[in-house]
Amino acid sequence: MNLKLHVWRQKGPKDKGRFETYDATDVLEDMSFLEMLDVVNDGLEAEGREPIAFESDCREGICGACGCMINGQPHGHKARTTTCQLHMREFSDGDEIVIEPFRAKAFPVIKDLVVDRSSFDRIIQSGGFITARSGSAPDANAIPVAKVEADRAFDAATCIGCGACVASCPNASAMLFTGAKITHLGLLPQGQPERYLRVDKMVSQMDSEDFGHCGNFGECTLACPKSISLDVIAQMNTDYITAQFKGRDI
Amino acid sequence: MSWLSRFLRSTIGQKIVMAASGLMLVGFVLAHMVGNLQIFIGADALNTYAAMMQGNQGPLWVARLGLLGAIGAHIWSAVKLTIAAKGARPVAYKKRSWFDERYAVRTMRVGGMIVGAFIVFHLLHFTVGYFEGGFQHCADINGVFTCFAYQNVIGGFANPLVGVFYIVAQVFLGLHLTHGVWSMTRTLGFGNPRFDLIARKVAMVVGLIITIGNCSIPVAVMAGYLN
Repeated sequence: MNLKLHVWRQKGPKDKGRFETYDATDVLEDMSFLEMLDVVNDGLEAEGREPIAFESDCREGICGACGCMINGQPHGHKARTTTCQLHMREFSDGDEIVIEPFRAKAFPVIKDLVVDRSSFDRIIQSGGFITARSGSAPDANAIPVAKVEADRAFDAATCIGCGACVASCPNASAMLFTGAKITHLGLLPQGQPERYLRVDKMVSQMDSEDFGHCGNFGECTLACPKSISLDVIAQMNTDYITAQFKGRDI
Repeated sequence: MSWLSRFLRSTIGQKIVMAASGLMLVGFVLAHMVGNLQIFIGADALNTYAAMMQGNQGPLWVARLGLLGAIGAHIWSAVKLTIAAKGARPVAYKKRSWFDERYAVRTMRVGGMIVGAFIVFHLLHFTVGYFEGGFQHCADINGVFTCFAYQNVIGGFANPLVGVFYIVAQVFLGLHLTHGVWSMTRTLGFGNPRFDLIARKVAMVVGLIITIGNCSIPVAVMAGYLN
């Protein structure tokens, strides 16, 4: 199939950036979206032009490195799919595809489709850890965890930190990401010592990174390649309220 | 920074202020609707109800100040959060499509502003009596404290444009509530799927009841059923 791509090109963080149009010819339906871009880049390089910069790593949908806006949706229109797992059979011959970087103040563009998501790293550094226990590893069954809680914590832990939630949110909010980390650690016994300190610190860090608020639109959970539930945000709110009562500092 | 100012600066804290003030406001809106629907019982019922309210100026003003505080808090949090949200995405997308196209969630801000404008108009209309020549709240008639709420409502909708504005505002209020009431429960921490299913339905029902109940009055006056 043949496609027309409108791609955001930006030389560096300071560059104004612009859309450029490329023809992607002889695209096979079994190619992934990134493989299609690889082929387009081969063509650009053969012409001596600068290839389109985009991020990728595992290309099997688990690392969270890839991600861009494809026709106005993060990772494209297919639900529960990362950009690397989006295949060209989802498109038709003659389609025009608009490809843009994730847009948020907290995700500044580095080059073309590559954005700096270290704001996520700083949120994790502020509280996304548990008290480390020294000594030998405890027996696996020494700390009982209820099945229900284990499942909820695991579902939250499947977040790959790709940033699609921020990209899709009308307010560019990072609450699905932050809520997932808070739910993941807050529901497990190992996460209890810092539970309420954690939510206070991570929410403060999230706010200082200039993300917006949650309006419960639910666009993030639909855009999330891992279908992280909106419940993690409600859990974060519950923990945040509880933290206000638990805190002793004035 | 004290914990309270930290709380009020955080996006979640501001959402909690919005949710808590919203809870007060939706409680008022429901009670206000029930009170107003007495117009269908008859002129005497509504006027007696009005006289009961106007005859107790102390509690009336306590309620009014509480509501003004709630509206102030609701607007304050909305403005703070909206400014922050606009700043959170300085460069807009060239192309944007949504997974969820529900109308209610898209109209929270514009609907809120329409309802805000409506409240100002509504207070000038029926509380201050700014727009009507013959408007009279209450008077001492032969030693009896009498109110004219019924007559004011009938006169107030003499201009069909006023009635249409009321109906439009109530539709937006209903949409605002179908999302807002549910969203409020999430913000206040009732995220348990058990409550969530109920909250979604309650929000729908509240939005519908408010829209139908409040629209019924201007519609009935304009259709000539109440006169």
